[in-house]
Amino acid sequence: MHDFTPISALVGGGLIGLAASILLLASGRIAGISGIVGGMLQRTSGDVFWRTLFVLGMLSAGAAAALWAPDSIGASPRSLPSLLAAGFIVGVGTRLGNGCTSGHGVCGISRFSVRSVFATITFIAAGMISVRVITWLGAGS
Amino acid sequence: MKNNLGHNLSALASGLVFGAGLVISGMTQPQKVLGFLDPLGSFDASLIFVMLGAIAVHLIAYRVRARRSTPLFSAKFLVPTRRDIDAKLLAGAFIFGAGWGLGGYCPGPGIVSLAGGGLPALAFVGAMLLGMFVTIQAEALFARRKADAQARAGEPPRGQTVTS
Repeated sequence: MHDFTPISALVGGGLIGLAASILLLASGRIAGISGIVGGMLQRTSGDVFWRTLFVLGMLSAGAAAALWAPDSIGASPRSLPSLLAAGFIVGVGTRLGNGCTSGHGVCGISRFSVRSVFATITFIAAGMISVRVITWLGAGS
Repeated sequence: MKNNLGHNLSALASGLVFGAGLVISGMTQPQKVLGFLDPLGSFDASLIFVMLGAIAVHLIAYRVRARRSTPLFSAKFLVPTRRDIDAKLLAGAFIFGAGWGLGGYCPGPGIVSLAGGGLPALAFVGAMLLGMFVTIQAEALFARRKADAQARAGEPPRGQTVTS
C-alpha cells in the first residue's frame, strides 16, 4: 500500500496547488491549514466563518473518501499516547513557527519566501530525525 | 469585505479541493508519510512529487496575483511579507517536524482523516487543537507582560488617575 506512487502524488499535489490558488485569488488568503485552524481559536480574529467553511470543505472531502475509497484514509501505526503527544507537539510547533506543510511547504515556497524555505528544510529534517530515533528506540507503536 | 458570498463559497470550494488533493496524493496514509520521512529505511519519495505538483500549480497563481491589485471577493491580499530568519521560526519548525515524525500526520491530513481515520486521527487532531490553543494563550500572555514592562519602564501614561 505504501509503495512509490508518483502519478497520484503529482495529481493530488496539483489539486492542493489549485485549492491554494482559489483561496489566494478569490479571498486573498494563504491556504495554510495550521493558520486557518489556529485563527478559529483566536478571539481576536473576527473572521471565523470562512475558516469554518474551509474546514467543512476538507471534512466533506474526507467523508467522501471514507465512503467511496476507504483504503485512501489510512490509520497511523503509532500508539494512542504517541498520537496524543504528536498532536500537541504539532499544535505548539506550527503556532511558534507560523505554519505547517501547506503554509510553508506549498504556499511559502511558491512565492519564494526565505522564511518558508528555511522552515520547510527544518521540519522535514526534524521529521526524518524523529522517525529514525523512534525506529532505533523501538518506540512509538 | 467586498463580496461575502463569493469569499465564503471560495473558502468552501478551496477546502473541498484541498481535502481531495490530500486524499488522492496519499497524504492521508500516515504509512506513506512516515516512509518519506525515513530515507534510511523504507523510503517512499512520493511526497516530493506532492510538493512539486502543488508548487507548480500555485506558482501560476502568484504570477496572476502580481497583475491584480485586489483579490476577486475581498478587499486586499493578506500575504506574509517577513523575510527575517529568527530562532522562533526555526524552533517552531523543528518542534512541528518532530511531532510530524512521531504521529505521521501534519495538520491538513489529520483533519481530513477525521471521517475515516478512526481514533488515531481524532486523538491527533484533538491534541493538536489543544497545543495550538495553549500556545496562542501563552503568546498573548507574554505579549501583555512585555507591553506592561515597557509601560512601567517608560513614561507613565498620561490622563490616568491612580487609585489605590
